[in-house]
Parts: sequence; structure tokens; C-alpha cells
Amino acid sequence: MTANGLVQIALFFGVLIALVKPLGWYMARVHEGKSCGLDRVLGPVERSLYRICGIRSNEEMTWKTYAVAMLLFNGFGLLALYLLQRIQGVLPLNPQAFGAVAPDLAFNTAASFTTNTNWQAYGGESTMSYLTQMMGLTVQNFVSAATGIAILVAFIRGLARRSSQTIGNFWVDLVRSTLYILLPLATIVALLLVGQGAVQTFDAYHTARFAQPVHYEKPVTDGTGQTSFDEHGKPKMEPAIEHHQILAVGPASSQVAIKHLGTNGGGFFSVNAAHPFESPTPFTDFLLILAETLLAASLTYTFGVMVGDTRQGWTILTAMLAVLLVFMLGGYLAESDGNPRIATLGADHTPSDIQPGGNMEGKETRFGIARSVIFAAATTATSTGAVDSMHDSFTPLGGLVPLFLMQFGEVILGGVGSGLYGMLVFAIIAVFIAGLMVGRTPEYLGKKIEPYEMKMASLLILIMPIVVLGLTAVASVTTAGTASILNPGPHGLSEILYAYTSQGNNNGSAFGGLNANTVFYNTTGGLAMLASRFWLAVPTLALAGALARKTSAPTGSGTLPTHTPLFVVLLIGVVLLVGGLTFVPVLALGPIVEHVLMMS
Amino acid sequence: MKDQIRPALTMVLLLTVLTGLTYPLTVTGLAQVFFPDQANGSLILREGKVVGSRLIGQYFDKPEYFWSRPSATAPFPYNAAASGGSNLGPTNPVLIDAVKTRVAALRTADPGNALPIPVDLVTASGSGLDPHISPAAALYQAKRVARARGLDENSVLTLVSKHTEGRQFGLLGEPRVNVLMLNLALDALTAEPVSR
Repeated sequence: MTANGLVQIALFFGVLIALVKPLGWYMARVHEGKSCGLDRVLGPVERSLYRICGIRSNEEMTWKTYAVAMLLFNGFGLLALYLLQRIQGVLPLNPQAFGAVAPDLAFNTAASFTTNTNWQAYGGESTMSYLTQMMGLTVQNFVSAATGIAILVAFIRGLARRSSQTIGNFWVDLVRSTLYILLPLATIVALLLVGQGAVQTFDAYHTARFAQPVHYEKPVTDGTGQTSFDEHGKPKMEPAIEHHQILAVGPASSQVAIKHLGTNGGGFFSVNAAHPFESPTPFTDFLLILAETLLAASLTYTFGVMVGDTRQGWTILTAMLAVLLVFMLGGYLAESDGNPRIATLGADHTPSDIQPGGNMEGKETRFGIARSVIFAAATTATSTGAVDSMHDSFTPLGGLVPLFLMQFGEVILGGVGSGLYGMLVFAIIAVFIAGLMVGRTPEYLGKKIEPYEMKMASLLILIMPIVVLGLTAVASVTTAGTASILNPGPHGLSEILYAYTSQGNNNGSAFGGLNANTVFYNTTGGLAMLASRFWLAVPTLALAGALARKTSAPTGSGTLPTHTPLFVVLLIGVVLLVGGLTFVPVLALGPIVEHVLMMS
Repeated sequence: MKDQIRPALTMVLLLTVLTGLTYPLTVTGLAQVFFPDQANGSLILREGKVVGSRLIGQYFDKPEYFWSRPSATAPFPYNAAASGGSNLGPTNPVLIDAVKTRVAALRTADPGNALPIPVDLVTASGSGLDPHISPAAALYQAKRVARARGLDENSVLTLVSKHTEGRQFGLLGEPRVNVLMLNLALDALTAEPVSR
């Protein structure tokens, strides 16, 4: 750890916290239907969208209608994205002439982007045409984030309203989030990225002549293009020489900006934000981390405004950031210490002013250890899942940090919208547990928490672990699952666990060594992503509907105040307890065993 | 249920046009007007031909060049059409063997060098396209490069420090040296006719 590294961590938290109030206030104006400034310019666009779609924007919906509208919109979106990938070969804006994406991969990718996960079993620059990246993937980056915000504001209305049958209009929430929040912010971030060197062009890939030709070994192929093997079963190799470097470019910045703002995370290029054309400088790295945490953090303030007590929002944010800080520092410590097995070979990994030191396998020089760890923690605390370094090559404990952060159910900031509604469910569970301790009916924000609410809340915290652990178990004992492993020993289990944790929490980052582009992983992973997004969204809306119908319970002497440091501790305790009890056993078999092995 | 089908279908279509066409085209237009060099890949041109990008590294293993970081892209290193890291775990024997081989190659190329080998020079980058090495990794190689080119070590060190970038705004990221730019400058230096 270096002083500079700690200052970079402090700077991230400082700038983020400073932006929470202004942006949170702005988003509250947007979703309370008030004038927000931009509506003077984009108001006509908003109204014509409603008119063409036949939407009566002043009509509110019950939770059931809201859920139906949300599911239909996402269902059609998924279908459109699937079809686009399947026919991209005959469509324009495909300078590299990529063919149709295979059906299982196209299903996985469509599920992945509509659920705000952005798990990628493909390499962007070698699979997707510019048109698919723009009109398929970028579109879902916007609307899946807007869907998350919509569900959240519906849930907040449920808490804020008294004796109401309705929780808002899905179409209005969707359109206003997209037009007034996501589009303007994405445009600003995209242009800042380009200014630093991120690419934004429709040109075909460039061909450069290598300054020094590259000599390498390539596998020998027979007449039919099949690899030949020697008597030991190893592929036969022959010397080869390469004179040219093909530089993959494309309209990347516009997609990169929204993939962070919308906590989506799907890279334009295969290595995501480690690619110099996605994130060319330390400043762009800082900007992307800020972008992916910005909306999730600011929405806590929006929540405070909408329930009429901003202290409630700050309480939730404090709990989130406290957990994030501790995990980030832990990861920084582990990665700075480096890999003892490499140190003994004569590599110097002491950090100094002229070298980053630490565990540099899978990390970029311009980012070093500190930025890579801030990124890894922020991308998994939020459900972004973009990466600026390869998590699979992290030290065992350094890799445990992103894994564990996802396993809390993506509520430490979490996805745009979805993180906060997940955390509010934990708040309901926290008041319930506190209520049990003193034998009183639990209340949250003046709403009595009764059996129906607790049933929905329990469902919400049980579905994810069942999906994640169930699929990890299946993959660990079947050849279809274990054949994809790259790293031997306990690390192999970590790879599988990471894959389903990531998809089962709509994160999208990976231990990339696992070969995920197989029919088995594409199918099971796709189903996991759909389950954890929509199976959770529907009970959340049901809960919102139930809460909206309730009257206000007067505050009494036995009411637990939910804006105090005590409640922060209680909330963190519940999140850690649920996540910890569920996942510590399997973490012990993966990263923890590997750590012990590495140190011995 | 039924009355939501039409809005759902139309909305998918309209938002696709808005966020999938209008938005990226607007950004591309603005980018091409204000930052044409960056937007097109920060290309390095020599006599009108592309010889690389300032942001994308290239592979070097000759003694007269500074070596870049190891790259795990397939099928050859620094393949900028298929970025990738090694994804090898910290205890994977394949990783340990690879580092051993790299340490040995550096020592063989420069037997008398007693400086410690910086870790970034023997570990693969995340992208496989890392344009940079640490200043320590450049200093480690300076003597070898000078010897192989028949240059005096100080002029090589001057060139290294000219191509060293500090932390951005004095704070963000790590100090670094752009290997391709440094090597191109070295080639230009050697190719220059001796004056006087």
C-alpha cells in the first residue's frame, strides 16, 4: 500500500459523496414530474413518444399493470436483441463482415443485456458488428438501467404513499429516466472519454506495420483446417511470422459511457476497460468508476427526498459506503502484497515511485495496483461488472473481494435502481429483526411490516442464493461444467462460483479463464440472469403495491428510528449476516483454501 | 395486459432509434469534429502509412529495443484484433513457469545486469496491449539497449526520461513509459546522419 494509493481511494469517495446531493435532488425532480430544466428542450420528444405509443401519461398503474408493462417491454427488447445478433451478417455497419452469432450465445447475450448483467461469453471486437453494438447492446444498456430506476421509484412511491392503489406509470418512469438522466450524462461522459483517446468511429479496423515483426509458434493445421497433434496429444507447432497489427476500433465511447452509468458493464472490446481504446488514461479510469457508482449512490438521496426525510437516504448510503470502503482496503492490501510465488523467482514487487509493484499479472501499467483494486471493488459493489484488470489473476484474497461483494446480493450500491430496492428490502428485514428483539410490530417509514411483506422480503433474499449455489453445485459435478475450467485446484471452483455469482446477481464480471462460451454455460447462465432480474423484480413490485395500500402507523415510543448510526450498524449487520452465512462455506473451499496453499 | 402490448412494442422501437442511432451518431459527429485524432485511434503515421497507435503496445524481443510487457493475446502477442489477458491464477504452475522463462530471457539478454527485475516486466498485462512499462522496467533495460545500438547510456536515459509520463494531474494512476514511442524515437536517433 502506498500513500498515493490511499489518496486515490479517498478522492473517489470524496467526489462521489459531493455529487450525491445535487444529482439526487435532480432525479427526484424528474420522477416527481416536476420541471428539471432539460424538459424545456426535450419535453416535445417526451410527449411525442407517449403520443406515438398511445400512452396516457397521466394515468397511473396498479402494481400488476406496472409489472406487466415492465415484463412486456423487456421481453420484446430481449427478442429484438436476439434477432439482431442472428441476422447481423446481412445488415449494414459490419465492416469486419462478422457472421450470425450462434443461437446459444445470442440467447445468453440477449438475456445478459436485458437484465442489466452484461455477462459476455464473446469477445466484442471479434464477434459483434458495429450495428449490433449500437442498436442492440447500447440500447439495452440504456433501457435496462432505466427499467431499474423505474422499479425503484415505483417502490419508493409504495413507501411514501398512504392508502393508494397505484404506484406510478411504468412508461413515464422509463422515458423520463432515459431522456432526462441517462442520455445527457452519457453524452458528457462519452465526449470526455474521446478527448482522452477512447475511439469513436465507423471506420473499419486499421492495419499497422509492426516496428519489429513478431516471431511466434502457431499450431499446425491439416488440409481441412483441423489442428494436428503429436504422439503425446499436444498440438504440433510451427514457427510463424506476423508483420502487421490489426487495430480494432469502432463506435466505442458512446457505448462505454452508458455501460458504466447504467451499471451494465459490457465492454465494446473483449478486455473491457483494460483496453486502451476504452479507457486510455488514469483519468478515464477514475471517470468510469465515478460513473458506475454515481447514479446508484445519488438515488439514495432521491429516495430521501421522495419519502420526505433525506436522513433516511443518507443512512442507507452510509451503510453501503462503509462496507465498500472496508472491502476496497482489504483488496488493496492483498494485491499490494503481490504473489509470493513470483517474488521468489527474482521479480521485484516492492512499490515505489518508478514501479507499481504488487501483483501485476492481468493489470495495466497506467492503472497499477490502486486503480485496479478501486475498480474491482466498485464494479462488483455496483452491479456493473466492467473490469480494468483480470480478476482471475488476482491473489486469492484479492479475488475474494469482488466475489463476496456480489454475494451480498448487489445491494452495496448495486445496480442502478435495483441496488437500492434490494437494500430497502434488507432495511425491512432489519426492522423486522429489531422488532422481534423487543416484541413489537416492526415499522419502516410509518408502514407496518406484516406477514405478506415479510413473505415477499424473504423470497427476495432466498432466490439468489438458491440460483447461485444450485448452479455452482451442478457445474462442479458435471463434465460439462468442469471441462471449461482453466486454473487447477481450488481456483477452478472459484471460477465456477464466480461465473454463477456474477450472473445470478446481474453483475457481469468474470474470472475470465473459465471458457463460458459453451452450450451448458450459455444456457444455465442465461436462465440465472433472467431469474435473478425478473423473479426479483415482480415480488419487489408486489411489495410496493402492498405498502402503497397501507395507511400510516403513528410513530410511538417503541418505533425504531431508521435514520440513526444504530440503524446503520443494524443494516450492515443484517446484510453481512445473510451474505456471510450463505456463502462463507463455499468461499472457504475456493479462495480461502487457495490463499493458505499459496502462503505455505 | 392486452392494452400494454402496443406501447411495449412501439416503445422498444422508438427507444432503439433514440438510444441506438441518434445518440451514438451525435457522439460520433461531435467526436469527429472536436477530437478527430483521438476518435480514430491516435494513429502514428510515417510517410502516410500507419505504423501503430500511441495507445496500443507492440511486441519487441530484439536487444536493441526496449521490451514491452508480456502479452497473452492469441495467436501472437499484441494482437490488437483480439485483446486478452492470461487469466492464469496466482498458484497456477503455468504462470510460475512463464515468469521463470521471462526472468531467464531478460537475464540472458543482459548477463551483467544486477538490477532487480521489476514485476511488470515479467507479468502479462490485462489487455495484452499495454503500451506502457514502468520507469523501473525501462531503466532496467537501458544499458542493454545502449550497448546493442552502440549508443552511450546517458543519451538512452535522456530519451527514456523524455518518454516518461508522471501520474496524471500528479495524482492518478502510475508513472509509465510508452514503449513503442520510445523505440520509434530510438530508431529515429540511430537513423539520423551524424552532424559535423
